[in-house]
This record gives sequence, C-alpha cells and structure tokens, in this order.
Amino acid sequence: MKFIKFLIVGILFGIILVKSEAVSWYRIFEMFKFQSFHMYGIIGFAVGLGIVSIYIIKKTKIKSITGTEIKIPAKNKGFVNYLLGGSIFGLGWALGGACPGPMYILVGTGVFSMLIVITAATLGTFVYGLLKNKLPH
Amino acid sequence: MDFILNPWPWYVSGPLITLIMVLLILFGKNFGMSSNLKTLCTIGGAAKYSDFFKIDWRSFKWNLVVVLGAIIGGFIATQFLSNGTPIDLSPDTIADLKALGFSNPSTNLLPPEIYSWDSVLSLKGICILCIAGFLVGFGTRYAGGCTSGHAISGLSNLQIPSLIAVIGFFIGGLLMTHFILPLIF
Repeated sequence: MKFIKFLIVGILFGIILVKSEAVSWYRIFEMFKFQSFHMYGIIGFAVGLGIVSIYIIKKTKIKSITGTEIKIPAKNKGFVNYLLGGSIFGLGWALGGACPGPMYILVGTGVFSMLIVITAATLGTFVYGLLKNKLPH
Repeated sequence: MDFILNPWPWYVSGPLITLIMVLLILFGKNFGMSSNLKTLCTIGGAAKYSDFFKIDWRSFKWNLVVVLGAIIGGFIATQFLSNGTPIDLSPDTIADLKALGFSNPSTNLLPPEIYSWDSVLSLKGICILCIAGFLVGFGTRYAGGCTSGHAISGLSNLQIPSLIAVIGFFIGGLLMTHFILPLIF
C-alpha cells in the first residue's frame, strides 16, 4: 500500500490545521485586520523552519524514500500572473475564509456547505484553463 | 490530554506544518493543495476543452489521497481531539465582527452567517460561497499555487515568484476584509 503514507500525512495535515484554527474564517479575518499574531506566528514559524529544512535537504543531497534524487522545482518566471492571480485568490480567501487545503478539511469537520465552495473553485480552475492563453502572464 | 484537546498555539502548529511539507518532499513529492482542483477538472473531462488539462491524472493520485486524509483528519480533530474551547480572537476582532452583524464570533470555526444552510439557501448566501470558491479556484491556478504551494513551500525554497504571489494574496485579502466585506454585511 504505497498510498497509505499519503493518507497518514493528509490526516495529520487535517488535524494540525483544525487544531491551529487556521481553517477558521474568523482567524483569516483577524489576520487581514492585523489584530493578532496567531496566523503570522504559524506561517512565519513554518516558513522559517522550512527554509532551514530545505537548505539541509539540498546541502546533504538526501535521497527520497524511494531512493530517487530530491528535486524541488523552481517556480516559473513571471510577474503579472503571480500578482494578479494572487490578488484574485486573496479576494476569495478573505471572503470564504478557506484556501484549497482547509476547504477539504472543513468538509471533514461537518461543514457540508463547503462542498459548494469546492465545486465553485473547481469551476474557477476550469475557467482559468479555458482563458489561460488570453490572460497576461 | 488538555494540551491536545485545547487549541494549539502557533509555535506548535507552525513547525508541524513544516513537518508536513518535509514529509512530502522526502516522499519525493511536493506540498501543494490547489493542484488537486486541476486534477479534478482533468478527471471530469476538461482536457476536451483545453490542453491545460491534458495531464496524466494518475500521477497525481497521491495528492488526492492526501485530500482524503485531510478530510478524515478534520473529522478526527473535531470529533475526538477538541473540547469546544472558543477561538481566542482578539477583542478588537470580536468588536469589528459584531459591528458587521456577526452575532457570536469564535464559538464555531466558521460563521453561521455565511455557512449555515439558512444562510447558504438565500440568494446572497449562495452568491458568497460561489464567488468565494470561484475566485480561489481561478486565482490559485493563475498564480500557480495557493497558501501551501506558495506561502509555505515556495517561500521556504526562497522563490521570488512565491513572494510576489503572497503579496498578491494580501492585496486581495486586505481589499476584501477592509472594503468589500463591510459593503456585503
């Protein structure tokens, strides 16, 4: 069962995001109001430790568990797509209070109306795919 | 058990999120949740309409399994690992929310004013959920990633594009929270 490890990582991810309250609409509102350190602490600590972790992974040339070389792909060059796409994402994030990870997790917490948000998000991704070549990148 | 049942402070949650990213890297993958939306489009037959969706979705099955796990994790956390402690929002936030008409901030994870079926089944309510979802789904693919792919993984890998995307997240988020939400509520 090569997928079992991914299931376990997903379960951990779900538990951590609920227990950290990062899945809460209220916490996202509070973050964008700059009224609490909570979300900045979570993201800041995660990124700070992430920088060190990835540095070590690259320096030690550690192999993945399947024995392959670890490649962390660089993001493509660009500006408009990142800034504009990011801003569109931010509008939706602050309105619905959920980004793509929490959307799924919140279904597990029993908020089934989130399935509407997931359906709309899938449609949004589909429409991007249709318009991709006409948008500035 | 209290330290598990109570909400976890940022200095516990933050490093655990790094752990998720590192585990996926060590498994030979990457941490990015929004690509699942693209995979779902492909499974639904979107490749007929755009080459963007011509991917072998089977190679992303692992990420759908992470999603399945995340749903189970959400269930476990609320059913067995929580004690109903209200969210410790700042008093300023609570005052601002009450002024907007949110009656009981912090007792649930999500405001019933947006996510209860009573709200969802109104014209305004269904519009809010559909527009929020659409913007997230469209924006995340346009920007090439979401909070996990850019804010956590990308910044950890010192990617300038991810920094630009995160600045975008904040431009949109600040506009919504400070100017648009007060018009809606």
